[in-house]
Formats: sequence, C-alpha cells, structure tokens
Amino acid sequence: MTPGNGPDSAPEVTPEPGQGTLMTSATTEDRVKTPASQSLPKDKLVDMLYQMMLIRRFEERTMQAYQQAHIGGFCHIYIGQEATAVGTVAALLDDDPIITAYRDHGHALARGMHPNYCMAEMYGKITGCAKGKGGSMHMFDKAHHMYGGHAIVGGQCPLGVGLAFATQYEKKNNVTVCFFGDGAINQGAFHEAMNLAAIWNLPIIFVVENNGYSMGTAIQRGTAAANDLGAKAKAYGMRYAECDGMDVLDTYNTFKREGDLSRGSTSSALGLEQSGGGPCFINAKTYRYQGHSMSDPQKYRSKDEVSEKKEKDCISTMVSHLIDNKLATQDQIDELDKKAKQVSRDAIKYAEQSPDLPKSEMFTDIYSQPYGPPFVKGALPKMITDNNSGD
Amino acid sequence: MQTIQYREAIREAMQEEMRLDDRVFLMGEEVAQYNGAYKISQGMLDEFGPRRVVDSPISETGFSGLGVGAAMYGLRPIIEFMSWSFCLVAADQIINNAPKMLYMSGGQFGCPAVFRGNNGAGGQLGSTHSWCVESMFASVPGLKLAIPSTPRDAKGLLKTAIRDDDPVFNLESERMLGLGARGDKDFSRYIKDTWAPPTNKQDEDFTIPFGVADIKKPGKDVTIVAAGRPVHFALDAAEELEKEGIDCEVIDPRTYRPLDIDTIVKSVRKTNYCVVVDQSWPFASVGSEIAAQVYEHAMDDLDNKVIRVNNDDIPAPYNRTLEQEMLPNTRKIVEAVRAVTYNA
Ligand SMILES: Cc1ncc(C[n+]2csc(CCOP(=O)(O)OP(=O)(O)O)c2C)c(N)n1
Ligand SMILES: [Mg+2]
Repeated sequence: MTPGNGPDSAPEVTPEPGQGTLMTSATTEDRVKTPASQSLPKDKLVDMLYQMMLIRRFEERTMQAYQQAHIGGFCHIYIGQEATAVGTVAALLDDDPIITAYRDHGHALARGMHPNYCMAEMYGKITGCAKGKGGSMHMFDKAHHMYGGHAIVGGQCPLGVGLAFATQYEKKNNVTVCFFGDGAINQGAFHEAMNLAAIWNLPIIFVVENNGYSMGTAIQRGTAAANDLGAKAKAYGMRYAECDGMDVLDTYNTFKREGDLSRGSTSSALGLEQSGGGPCFINAKTYRYQGHSMSDPQKYRSKDEVSEKKEKDCISTMVSHLIDNKLATQDQIDELDKKAKQVSRDAIKYAEQSPDLPKSEMFTDIYSQPYGPPFVKGALPKMITDNNSGD
Repeated sequence: MQTIQYREAIREAMQEEMRLDDRVFLMGEEVAQYNGAYKISQGMLDEFGPRRVVDSPISETGFSGLGVGAAMYGLRPIIEFMSWSFCLVAADQIINNAPKMLYMSGGQFGCPAVFRGNNGAGGQLGSTHSWCVESMFASVPGLKLAIPSTPRDAKGLLKTAIRDDDPVFNLESERMLGLGARGDKDFSRYIKDTWAPPTNKQDEDFTIPFGVADIKKPGKDVTIVAAGRPVHFALDAAEELEKEGIDCEVIDPRTYRPLDIDTIVKSVRKTNYCVVVDQSWPFASVGSEIAAQVYEHAMDDLDNKVIRVNNDDIPAPYNRTLEQEMLPNTRKIVEAVRAVTYNA
C-alpha cells in the first residue's frame, strides 16, 4: 500500500492525543524528543522501505531505458534522495497538494502514481500520466494531488503558494508541500513565494532538497549563507527546520511535526480568523548519487565524496532499523526488493507495449473547449481548404 | 440611455461574476484598501471583504504564480497588473506556466485565471511603462487574449473571460478608463445599435463571446482593422475620410486570440482594400499576422497591398509630441487609407 494512498493510511495522520493539530507550540520540543514514527505501525514502516526500494529500482530501469534511447529529452534521476519524497509523503493526508521540480519521478511514485503510468510518460506514450505530453520533467497526477513536476528552476514556488492559498480560501484542513532544489533558492520566484506565504500565514511547507549541487555548482558557490539556510526563513519570519533527508524516519518526523503545525493555517489578513503556524521552510539534507541529468560527466565532485555519502544510504539505513528492531526479517526485505524489481520491469514492459501518442492528440488539451481552426488545426490547413474550394 | 465608463464596466463585470461564483477572487497591487490604483476596484473590498479582494505586495512573479496555482486547484483568480508593463517580471508564470499547464499535464490541470490591467501608452510614462504586450503574447498557444475598446466590450468580454476555463489576458487601457463618461466624446454617432452599454446595468448574463469581431462602423470602400484604443483613432479617421468621400468599415476583432479572421476577410472581399492598425511595434506584430492572414485568405480580392499602421519602431519616448507621433494615430491612419485607396 502506498503511503497516503488508501484508507489504512488515515490513522497515521491523526494526531495523537495531547499533540494537537495546530499551534501547540509548547509541545514542539516534546515532539522532537518523542518522534511520531515511534507510534507508526510496522506495516507502515515496512511500506516506507518498499517505496524507497521501488523508486530506486524504477530509476535504475529508467537509466537503462534512457541509455537505450527509449526515453528522450532531459531526465533527472532521484537515486540517493528517495527518503525525502517517501518520508514527506508518508506524513501527509491523501489530499494534501504536493508540487515539485523536474527531478520528480520519486515524488510521483511516493504519492501513489502507478509506476506504469510514470514510465509510459517517459516513453511518450498515450498511457503516460500526462499522455506523453509532459515527459520526465512534468509528472502530473490529479487523482493523487500531485500538481506536477516543473522544469523551470524555482517556477513552481509561486504555484505552491497558490495551492496553499486555495486550500486556505476553501477553508480546507490541508498543507501544501512545495519541493525544490538548492539551486532554486537563488531564484526570485522562491523569495517572492516565501514572502507571500509568510504575510498570509499560508499552510505550506517549502522543502529544499539540498543535495549540495545545482548541476555543477556547489551550493557554497551559488548561495549566500549556504551553511545557514535558516537565515532565509528568518528573513521572512518563518519557521525553519532541518532534517536528514537520507533518513526516512527523521524526514517523516520532521514533516509530521511541521506539517501539523502548518496544516489548515488561516490569516486575518485574508479576512479569516488567524490560526495555525503558517508556513515553514525545511532544509532536507540529501545527496544525489547519479549525475545531474543523464548527460553529466560529474567533473565537479570526487568519487570519494560520492562513496562517502553512499555510506549513509537511505535504504540500508532503513533496512538496519527494521532488522535491528525486529520489525522485519532479511527474507521479507529480500522479497520486497524482488517485488520492486518486478514492478519496475513490468513498468518498462507496459511502457514499451503501450501505443504511441497518436497525432490526433497533438491538438487536444491546448484549450479546455476546442474552438476555431486557427487554434486547433493551425492556420495553414484552413487556407489550403479555402483555396481548394475555389474561394 | 444609461452609459457607464470603461472603468465601471470592468468593475461591474468583476462584481457580477463574484456575486455569482465564490471561487472568483481579485488580487493585485492596491486593489483593496486603496480601492484600485485606477479606481477600477472601488468599493469591492467593502462588498466582498479581504478574503476575496486581496491586496498583494509588489511581487508580480509571486502573485501571478499564486493565481496559476490557485486556478490549478480550482479557484478562478482575477490577477490585476497595475500595468501590463509590470507583467514582464512575471513572464515565466504567465506565459510558461499558465497557458501550458493543461497541455503539459495531459488535460488534468487547467488554468481558469484572468490576468488583466492597463496596456499601452498611458501618457508620457516613458518606455518602461508604455508596453503594448499583445504582439508578444498573442503567439502563445494556450492563452486567450482580449482587448476591449469600449465600455460595452469591456464588460462583456471580461465576464466571458472570468467564466472561461482557460487563461485569459485582458488588455485594458489607462487612456480609456474614463471613456463613456458624461462630456466625453460620444462615439455612439458612429454605430447607433452596438455602441450602447447594456441598458440594464445589472444584466448578469450579458457576455460577449470570444472570437467574434464587431463592426464598429460599416462602410464599403476600405476595411480598417483595429482593436483596443486604436479603434477610436480609426473611427476618428473614418469620420475625416468621410468628408473626402471614402466610406471606411472599421472592424474590431475584440480578441486577438481567438481571431475572427472570417469577419475581416468578408469585409475585405467587399471593400477590396485593407489597412491594419495595431498599437504594438511593427516587427512580427499582431498587425503583421492579420495582414498575412488577409493575404492568405483574400489575396485575389485585394486591389492594393495591405498597409499596416503601428507604433513606430522605437522605444516609447517621454516627450509629449513625440509620443503622440509614435502611436498609430488618426493622421497616420488617414494617410494610410488615402495611400491604399489611391487606385480606387
Ligand atoms: C530558470 C532556469 N534556469 C536554468 C535551468 C537549467 N537547469 C536545470 S536544473 C538546474 C540545476 C538546478 O539544481 P537544483 O535546484 O539544486 O536541483 P537538483 O538538480 O539538485 O535537484 C539548472 C541550472 C532551468 N531549468 N531553469
Ligand atoms: Mg541541488
């Protein structure tokens, strides 16, 4: 079962007695001491491991398919960062909106998108989550409240604010999670989004998936106060938290805690009764094992650095945790991995066997109501028709 | 006959639609407590409260992107740019995100948002503040672009825009906001039937469909195509040319996207002459596009080449005389019509 994607995930998101949903700031410290994951049922923990394994195996298949030229364009692999998406989504309600950047396969899968649709999208097939019109960088899944992968660095930050504005406007008890990379911190869009979220006490969590690099630029080279990102939150009077983005439980605990504080926040500036902890900025420290995209010689970092980071691998860490605490056996874990591999192979098969996007789809989804030849078919065919009819 | 100003028409359109649909909200700089930088949203905060009439900080990328996100969620934002000149800092949100979302998401997430504000030279504001954005944006698939020239059109088109499920750019004009006020030039003499605003001010179902051009003045000798403020220059020109015995037909497409090329072509087939007026810069402009389409559809019906009247190809000057000179003004249109019809 996918986290946040079924009735059995509902109990986990209900706050425990005494921990309240909103603004129980006095308990924040207590809650750091008694992390929410301690009360998670075994199944949920095992599922979190499975989700990470699935993303890893799926991404391995993705790389293969890319190398075989089944997948085109830019393709960014999430391997190494799995715990961030999985831990975050596990702490959310089914209908909490999430939005992210172009390194988005992991978020889509964690949110519950079927791996078949995700792979088919990269193959440009009609069965893809966006009918093959978006590709690797643009994974959308309305049914799972996944508001897209977005490929302009930082461009999704204001959109995330819009989602949070909308849930507040509709008086919903939601929190929006807006993911972006460390490179996006240097974009104006990020700062405008932070400011708006703060002045309107919006229920949103901005998550920097801080993997230390934006393409080949180490964060210290591109971002002021790179070692003190809390300063950015402080500049907007916003809560700040850090988590080990390669530790799924720490990520879960942090998002559970901060998510509950932000959830359902409202603002008197927007005519509602002021409530909730408003926005939060979370620095999820993580690392990507692969190159920036599929075409990256990685001259900017050493092999030693990469192998050092791999020692803290999110999957191995979780496996140890489950075995040490007798929550799963090695056999069970091997079974899970087998399943993840099989599901990923199936996704490839599904994508391969799916029909290509037909030409007729070229002119759909441009407008919600089809109208007028110049927009649906292009001006040229019409002109030719006119000529043929002897006008 | 009851008349309303252009600015009142815009306000009424927003008010009526907001009364009908709670998902509609207005956001922009100074729209609420200040009552609108140009008093368009005057009184709206009082009526709808701060949940639905929202003052945003000077943060175009932020609040236009917010509009796109909220629209993806299912709300119907009206995002006001104090001037379209200021939308340029938000280009990624309005032309990369808003119009492409539906396509990129395979039809899952649309963007039923309206972006609106003043477009065109406001009057000696210099180059940064005198943008005409129609030619930059009309080539973007996925958005719709309306450019009302009268209070009636302003109301009807904006109501359609708010109800529309796709992103609409509504290009208004600071120089026309007072149009229709008492003492103002009465354009109704040109077209008695279609000029008047709806007689029932509260007519909630008065809308004007997109992609339907309006014949602002019927005529038989030459077709003048103009939208937005230049419609009035064209009507003035038509009046002057009437004295010379040239009977102009002034066609206002009202929306550039979709474009009602059929009405334009039909007129050209009747008059055999065509002048295209457009207040943006000439190179790769909406005027060029219309001229090209006229050639594509009605080449054989033309008795002379199509002449375009645009802004001059310069940054907008501050100097009053030069600014007037730069615009596609009445004199230029008169000269263009004389030139194009010389062989009539
Ligand atoms: C506005 C913009 N500029 C440049 C790019 C090209 N680009 C794509 S990803 C990227 C690096 C972004 O790094 P980061 O935000 O840290 O995310 P990560 O790739 O590490 O997940 C760049 C420069 C872009 N997509 N958008
Ligand atoms: Mg990065």
